[in-house]
Amino acid sequence: MRIDRGQIILLAALVVFGIASTFGGSMNPYYYDILIGIGINVILAVSLNLVNGYTGQFSLGHAGFMAVGAYSSAWITIAFGYVLGTSFFATRTSFVLSLVLGGLAAALAGLAVGIPSLRLRGDYLAIVTLGFNEIIKGVIQNAEPLGAQRGLGGIPLYSNIFWTFAVAAITIYVIVSLVNSTYGRGFLAVRDDEIAAEAMGINTTKYKVLAFTLGAFFAGIAGGLYAHFKQFIHPEGFGFLRSVDIVVMVILGGMGSTVGVCVAAVLLTILPELLRYVSDIPGLPAWMGQIADNRMILYSLLLIILMITRPQGLFGTARLGRKK
Amino acid sequence: MSEQLVEFLQQILNGLSQGAIYALIALGYTMVFGILRFINFAHGDIYMLGAFAGYYLVEKMPRLLGGDPTLAKAAAVLFLAMGICAGLGILIERLCYRPLRSRPKLTILITAIGVSLFLENGGQYLFGADPKSFPEIIVDQAFEIPASWGALSSLTILHSQVLVFGVTAVLLFVLRFIVLHTRMGMAMRALSFNPTAATLMGINTDVVIAFTFGLGSALAGAAGILTSIQQPSIDPLMGINAGLKAFVAAVLGGIGNLPGAALGGILIGLLEALTVGYINPTYRDPIVFAVLILILLVKPSGLLGKSTAEKV
Repeated sequence: MRIDRGQIILLAALVVFGIASTFGGSMNPYYYDILIGIGINVILAVSLNLVNGYTGQFSLGHAGFMAVGAYSSAWITIAFGYVLGTSFFATRTSFVLSLVLGGLAAALAGLAVGIPSLRLRGDYLAIVTLGFNEIIKGVIQNAEPLGAQRGLGGIPLYSNIFWTFAVAAITIYVIVSLVNSTYGRGFLAVRDDEIAAEAMGINTTKYKVLAFTLGAFFAGIAGGLYAHFKQFIHPEGFGFLRSVDIVVMVILGGMGSTVGVCVAAVLLTILPELLRYVSDIPGLPAWMGQIADNRMILYSLLLIILMITRPQGLFGTARLGRKK
Repeated sequence: MSEQLVEFLQQILNGLSQGAIYALIALGYTMVFGILRFINFAHGDIYMLGAFAGYYLVEKMPRLLGGDPTLAKAAAVLFLAMGICAGLGILIERLCYRPLRSRPKLTILITAIGVSLFLENGGQYLFGADPKSFPEIIVDQAFEIPASWGALSSLTILHSQVLVFGVTAVLLFVLRFIVLHTRMGMAMRALSFNPTAATLMGINTDVVIAFTFGLGSALAGAAGILTSIQQPSIDPLMGINAGLKAFVAAVLGGIGNLPGAALGGILIGLLEALTVGYINPTYRDPIVFAVLILILLVKPSGLLGKSTAEKV
């Protein structure tokens, strides 16, 4: 079997994260929290980029898939975690299994969203995915075994630097290799001109559903990692605003640029923490501090200004800025 | 009347008065979509600004608008709030949407989401995140029809509900008049029928689009005031849910179709009230979105809309 450069980088990254993880325990818990947050956001943003950036289908419900993954994997570890025993390897095996199953559950949800997306585009699709997000949240809020409105607690702490960043590296590897493969060019064709793509014999339906399913799968795994890190999940944490967070990362980084999206995910995870310091600077006018406390004001301004001046994002190649 | 019937009629009544509000907001979505073919995500937040405009008008002008509620003062608050919202709508169009008019749809959609988030969070910053209590601008009384002689349950009709129906009906007739019988309305219809041809006929596109935004925003502002009369607790995030429901209403009726938006609003209001009354209040939002997805899958053109083939 031929090993290409991407696989070498992936392997090297996994080893580095494995070593880095052993130092995780001695880290300042505050920085540790931010670091894991970065990893999870990178997975979410890169997977959403497959749908929004590469395939050009505007999804506003990524947090919904994350919720499906988080709740399924958490429920699986809580309900069946003991089956394999309590040794280190047994718990880690059940953790990985629960992550994968959570991802598959989310992928199934992605399939369910992908099917209506065949008939809809642009604004309608955005609203329908948003609607799905709300429906998923509504179902969880009414599901008694998942803690309903109280949230689900008592999830064992399994996520660490290794698992989070290993999954992030695998996500990036899979999506980049997929899009750069001959097969994966179909995603870009669907984005650039759906009718022309269809005329060239590309099964646009299949590509759109695949993008949704795969994007949802990784979002589900990110949800699982999140659940096993925070140890407590609540339906409100997977609402519209969480989806917007992820969308802003993709747009800022540039739709269709994995590097840009990763950079944006890192920046936007650190930014709220930096703003916390800004609001503590003595002598700063009170209103500036208050604005710094509300990151969504800045995010929304960023979106508007970016769209008017640089619609392709910081690193983007997607032809959003092109006149029709 | 049996108690079940009274209960049912009460839910219908509540649904109708909520539906009237949705109808007013949905009209704005539908008008803008008819002309620009894009969904103004920020429209629900204009409704929120309408409620806050009313709140601050009474707050800042206590001698003129405060004190004992009279119908004249209520009307003044309503019209002023509508005017403020119309101005804001035109301003938003001018600053955020006009520079992007020739760009791909997705750019405008993202901008609209940005504007919406900005209004919500800017509102939280300016007005405070806590709910505010809307001043009493009309005297609300209940008019009760007992189910039977001496029965405990009765059908309650609030004066505010009657007012909501009345104002909504008047606004719908005014809108119908503007769209069908004025030059500006004719220009709006021409623009939504064929923008290129309309421009060639000498219609000033910028003015007509600004007018459309103003008109839609004024209706949303009126909806904000009417809601606040019924439920006096207002907060900067109240526009999100109402905006989404009204959007579903516009799609249900057939987006771009004015009578459809009004019909859709009423139907969504009824559906919500019946879900709350007979199924489970927590399903109120999911069920509305389920309707949206169903409509888009089964009949994307909506109840009254005409289906159009996409030209290549």
